[in-house]
Amino acid sequence: MTEFTPVASLFGGALIGLSAVLLMAFHGRIAGMTGILSGLLPPMSSDWTWRAAFVAGAIVAPILILGVSETAIGYDSPVPMPWVIASGLIVGGGVYFSSGCTSGHGVCGMARLSLRSLAATATFMVAAFLTVFVIRHLLGGF
Amino acid sequence: MQRTLFAGMIGLVFGAGIALSGMANPAKVLNFFDLAGTWDPSLAFVMGGALLVTAIGYRFVLKRDKPVLEARFHLPTSRKLDLPLLGGSAVFGVGWGISGFCPGGAIPALGLGEVSAWAFVGAMLAGIFAARSIRFALGQRATQNA
Repeated sequence: MTEFTPVASLFGGALIGLSAVLLMAFHGRIAGMTGILSGLLPPMSSDWTWRAAFVAGAIVAPILILGVSETAIGYDSPVPMPWVIASGLIVGGGVYFSSGCTSGHGVCGMARLSLRSLAATATFMVAAFLTVFVIRHLLGGF
Repeated sequence: MQRTLFAGMIGLVFGAGIALSGMANPAKVLNFFDLAGTWDPSLAFVMGGALLVTAIGYRFVLKRDKPVLEARFHLPTSRKLDLPLLGGSAVFGVGWGISGFCPGGAIPALGLGEVSAWAFVGAMLAGIFAARSIRFALGQRATQNA
């Protein structure tokens, strides 16, 4: 069980949205983690510095929050490590071909009413719901 | 320099949003997808909050001629609902449903120092790299952004 956190989730979601708006306003870029990371893999894109800075900021953020406040950041990875690694490979392959993930398609693309992003988001959400149902309720796993 | 600095600060906002919203917590993500079990609807509020702010903000930002620090907006132009988009999305959804990690959720989780998050991100980068190598080997044009 995880606790239902509508207020914290809404607030956190709004911050994600704020970062998407700011990155578009200042850099003219979609705040999609897939696209940003892709440009950091060799051969790195020529504009790798802003990408690296964005990623670094995203990694440092929880460290700062834990350092300056009493806020707890919940974390639990209930899945065995081999499956975590397998899912990383699957997710990496998937988001490369779909050109985006939850942030790029689900937030930025949907917000600008992109039909591609709407189709992508509907597809990966349904696939995730089905996968969890199959693993937890048909196979009895994790 | 200014571009890099601002990107870092915007990344901080993104990471804070992910961490505070619960998106960095794989157990919470998996419970969102577990309608028939320990359902936790929180992530609907994450998506709702993010979409609302982005949709309103983009309306104002994209009316401008260009972004503050760049010569032009870099927006995806493809309109095709093709196999890479839908097949890739389906594959991503399966992987997301297995572990509860997605790229945007996993990167800030690295800051928590959790081994599972680092393992996921390492494998994910290998997956992106492998997929790109395959596409290059097939001689197709690579697309990079959403």
